[in-house]
Amino acid sequence: MALTESKSIKIKSVIKKIFVYLVLISISIFMLLPFFWMIITSLKPMQEVLHVPMILFSRNMGLFNYSDVIARGVGRRLLNTAAIAFSATALRLLFCSLAGYGFAKFRFPGRNILFSVLIASMIIPFAITIIPLYIMMVNFHWIDSFLPLIIPGAASAFGIFFMRQYIRSIPDALLDAARIDGCSEFKIYIRVILPIITPGLISLGLIFFMQVWNDFLWPLVILKTPQNQTLPVMIATLTGQASTVMYHLQMATSVISITPLIIIFLIFQKRFTAGITFGAVKG
Amino acid sequence: MATSTGILSRMKRSWGEVKRNKWAYAFISPFYILFAVFSIFPIIFSIYLSFTEWKGTGPKEFVGLANYSRLFQDPVFWQSIRNGFIIFFMYVPIMTILALVLAVVLNQKFVRFFRAFRTMLFIPYITTMVAVGYVFRMLFNAKGGLFNTILTSIGLPAVPWLENVWWARVSISILIIWAWLGYNMVIMLTGLQTIPKDLTEAATIDGANPVQAFFRITVPLMRPIILFSVILSTIGSFGLFNEVYALTQQGQLGGPMNATITPLVYIYQQAFRNFNFSYAASISYVYFAIILVLALLQLRYFGRED
Repeated sequence: MALTESKSIKIKSVIKKIFVYLVLISISIFMLLPFFWMIITSLKPMQEVLHVPMILFSRNMGLFNYSDVIARGVGRRLLNTAAIAFSATALRLLFCSLAGYGFAKFRFPGRNILFSVLIASMIIPFAITIIPLYIMMVNFHWIDSFLPLIIPGAASAFGIFFMRQYIRSIPDALLDAARIDGCSEFKIYIRVILPIITPGLISLGLIFFMQVWNDFLWPLVILKTPQNQTLPVMIATLTGQASTVMYHLQMATSVISITPLIIIFLIFQKRFTAGITFGAVKG
Repeated sequence: MATSTGILSRMKRSWGEVKRNKWAYAFISPFYILFAVFSIFPIIFSIYLSFTEWKGTGPKEFVGLANYSRLFQDPVFWQSIRNGFIIFFMYVPIMTILALVLAVVLNQKFVRFFRAFRTMLFIPYITTMVAVGYVFRMLFNAKGGLFNTILTSIGLPAVPWLENVWWARVSISILIIWAWLGYNMVIMLTGLQTIPKDLTEAATIDGANPVQAFFRITVPLMRPIILFSVILSTIGSFGLFNEVYALTQQGQLGGPMNATITPLVYIYQQAFRNFNFSYAASISYVYFAIILVLALLQLRYFGRED
């Protein structure tokens, strides 16, 4: 009696395990399928992309789409995207960590009101600023330059909130010791704060970098000449005659666009998830 | 006299406070300068713009509330708001439940390759949406697309994924779930790890089955995190752009028959395709009011017990 009961529990737990792995494996396949499709399409000639019946692999596959997009200037777009992403990320990290330090470690008149303004600013959707901001960029003669993609978003409210929470945990005694040694507040920021918050800066920087790299709508309206475009804009504007979709070239460009991100993500995965979950759990 | 010196000395003291903290003001100033120049000023300018008629060049003609009265009679605008709701209700419940279930499943002690599974689920979140949008467009293609090839090969009818009004919304929802499931799951996973294991174990010993434990213990404790993810998704579904652009751009943006046009897509269309900057500005104001009300309602409704 006892034996059969323990047996049935064992069977139950085996069924449970099989079910769990079945769910996890099928979801993982669904998640990886588009990447697989992206890669094989980037290797196919145009006629075989949406062929009826479907062609999964063929002997006509090769790297020709990559040489085609290189001829169309994908290298320049990769450089544009990287330049914008690096400079926007660096500037944002500087401003966010400075302001985070200001809010975390100083009790100044107006602090609460200013902080409330900062938090409230997060609910303003981009949809409401895009039109007036675009007109402003026209008047600044910033259309077709990288500045609109770097300057207006250079101080992120989310990033400041993030850095404030991070810097709050630094003991005041450490800062006081530096003050007694005669350090100015800026020097304290450089010598004491920055080394301690480096992991936080990496987490936040990864989020910023990914956002700027993948940004689409704003670069689409700002960057007019093809050589100045970013990779996402290039993917969306690669059309043939009579605006036919050129999936084979789009997929080659897409592979070039997502590979750096995936490499960076795999290297810094721990820091990245720490940054993503930070807001949800602490906020 | 006495009070005025009191005020004076208080002002002097707080001025001293301000001066003593000059570094703090310097540190936080970049945000407020950029916010004033690139957010506050544009938003105010946009109010003015919405009361004029302007096509991008030439003088602005003051037209009062004409743009707003046009907007309230514009079926495409209301369609875009309706689409925001429809798409929200199509993907948010499925995605939220799936994310929570996956998080619970992945949180089981016996699961091996935990990190590998988490990585695979999370990778869509970091990838370029436009790029993946075009991949899905191929997968959804009526003829020669993978999904229909699979369906017809097992004897099911082909689905007009992007040609039919309702299927197009389903297609957008599938793409969104693909892209955001892992992100939501990771957030829920972090929340789950803060729930003490003894709690669910105690319930199981008391005779609750895993499903009961899930609904009685996990869901209530996860309420704030679920709320966070649902509010994000609300704002997200009205502000969908990249997904719609990639799936429907050639042919008709937001199509078929405006079935997938979202407020942000409509604003883009009016401003940057038709150059109706003033009209687009009025749309953006009404849109902002609607999502503000929605976010406040959700906070009140879901957040009232906390």
